[in-house]
Amino acid sequence: MLVFIIKRIANAAMVMLAVALLAFLIFRLAGDPVELMANEQMSQADRDNLREKLGLNDNFATQYARFVVNAAQGNFGISYRNNQEVLGLIAERFPATMELVLVATFISLVVGIPMGVITAIQRGKWYTESLQFLSIIGVSLPSFVVGILLILVFSVSLGWAPAFGRGDVVDFGWWSTGLLTSSGRAALILPAIALSLYQITLIMRLVRAEMLEVLRSDFVKFARARGIPRWRIHFRHALRNCLMPVVTMTAMNIGALIAFALITETVFQWPGMGMLFIQAVTFIDIPVMAAYLCIVSFIFVFLNTLVDIAYAVIDPRLRAR
Amino acid sequence: MISLSLIRKSDLWYSFTRSRSAMVAAIVLAMLILTAIFAPLIAPQNPYDPAQLDMWKSELPPIWDQLGEWPYVLGTDTQGRDMLSAILYGTRISVVIGIASVALSLLVGLSLGLVAGYFGGVVDNLLMRFGDVLLSIPTILIAILVSTVVRQMLPPELRDVGSSAVLVLAITLSGWVQYARTVRAQTIVERSKEYVQAARLLRVPARRIMVRHILPNTLTPIMVAATLNFGMAILTEATLSFLGIGMPPGQPSLGTLIRIGNQFLFSGLWWIVLFPVLQLCLLVVSVNLLGDWLRDALNPKLR
Repeated sequence: MLVFIIKRIANAAMVMLAVALLAFLIFRLAGDPVELMANEQMSQADRDNLREKLGLNDNFATQYARFVVNAAQGNFGISYRNNQEVLGLIAERFPATMELVLVATFISLVVGIPMGVITAIQRGKWYTESLQFLSIIGVSLPSFVVGILLILVFSVSLGWAPAFGRGDVVDFGWWSTGLLTSSGRAALILPAIALSLYQITLIMRLVRAEMLEVLRSDFVKFARARGIPRWRIHFRHALRNCLMPVVTMTAMNIGALIAFALITETVFQWPGMGMLFIQAVTFIDIPVMAAYLCIVSFIFVFLNTLVDIAYAVIDPRLRAR
Repeated sequence: MISLSLIRKSDLWYSFTRSRSAMVAAIVLAMLILTAIFAPLIAPQNPYDPAQLDMWKSELPPIWDQLGEWPYVLGTDTQGRDMLSAILYGTRISVVIGIASVALSLLVGLSLGLVAGYFGGVVDNLLMRFGDVLLSIPTILIAILVSTVVRQMLPPELRDVGSSAVLVLAITLSGWVQYARTVRAQTIVERSKEYVQAARLLRVPARRIMVRHILPNTLTPIMVAATLNFGMAILTEATLSFLGIGMPPGQPSLGTLIRIGNQFLFSGLWWIVLFPVLQLCLLVVSVNLLGDWLRDALNPKLR
């Protein structure tokens, strides 16, 4: 057991080292940092000083090692664009993105699971078939299109919800939340729906497939024979056996959702990490880009490892691998 | 016409004629692609030619509105560009980039997957580790980073001209791992089968065994993945262009058109954004419906 956990963590660490290498390569490939940072009037001597200060005269391996050590301590350098600590910039926007992602995940579970159960138990009815068809459309719609359509209908035409910004926020130490003010909650509605739509269809399809399998099993037949009411069989006995893969997928997808939030954030002008990243991309602000890549991948790898270890704890058969 | 009657008798064709959604999707997709290919013949205007743009005809609503004017069926944008023409030409760019990136990622993924699966050992280990790393970064992030960095490496005068090539590269790099993994898994299964051992005994060169003997037996799952990935590639391209790191406004793809239209969302010029959005949805939905059908039709468990 311990061996498995250590192996899994070592594997994750290797992946993160490789991701850090990719992030480091971005610095190397995207042009000379001194040229990107320097302004017109800077003298050659100043440039050389800056080059020495940034450690650009050392060899590749030394620079990479320094990058990894700094990144592990949360030091991603200083933004080229506004001369602020990169970590501070990201930490400032982290709560906005996490709030959006967590609310979207919550919505997708609350809506997706019942829809999956219903499409499984009412198979063949016209409304479940059309739900199934709609789910393909839901998978096909890119999230920025969903966002634009939502703004067009609910903000421009109906004027029900605001289309940009985060509303008023309340600060708790370094965390800021919009959930406690009415304008914050109103601003959250449309982006959260736009981000959760894809997730809803995924969860619905997964629950449906799992339910169809479980409903065929003997214990469900036996429960029926015992005369337990239908809804109780479906929602208590059968559904419980489907939830494991749903929990796994939801946990693993949070990392992907953080990355996808950058599109939703751009559409809704949501002041999160994703919008910071897109602005960094337009200005070739490489420290911010590299830091974002490392942080998002870290969350992604961390959750995957956690899920794997949790599985091994629950199911001993998986430890052998 | 032997090939045609062969197609008619095949299982796939039978299942195709039984599936209403697959047939509708195929017809819609064929129409979209044909109108895109023949866009220069059909479109009322060449949207790339500034001489044909008429500022007096800008911001016209669609033809069914009172203020609409012939031949601007879907209205015009703020530059006087005919929306229908812009959409047809934009679809053309989107479809070409989609096909090119699926073809390139197939080429890369299939060859790497075959080599890794057939030879195993260090090559296999290295390739699959690299694949693991790529899979631990969300695909959209890879595509954004690759297209930004590669564009930055190009000389400034090539950045606009080369953007379609950069996009194809970015989408390929984020998509080849899936093919490589599928083919590798299948190749490992096939490698130990008797027909491969027989070919080896006959001293058939390894390359020939891989391409002529093993590859055809791995193609079924690849066909499904390629169809669904074509839809994904179009979406990724549209997303990158929407974010402003894809096709430049001078050669707008559907994503660029949506990006431009998005600026006029609150000024009542809804047609500038809505029609490109609908076209993109129609395109991707029909590709995905076909892919969904293909997956079920080729799945032996569901026969």
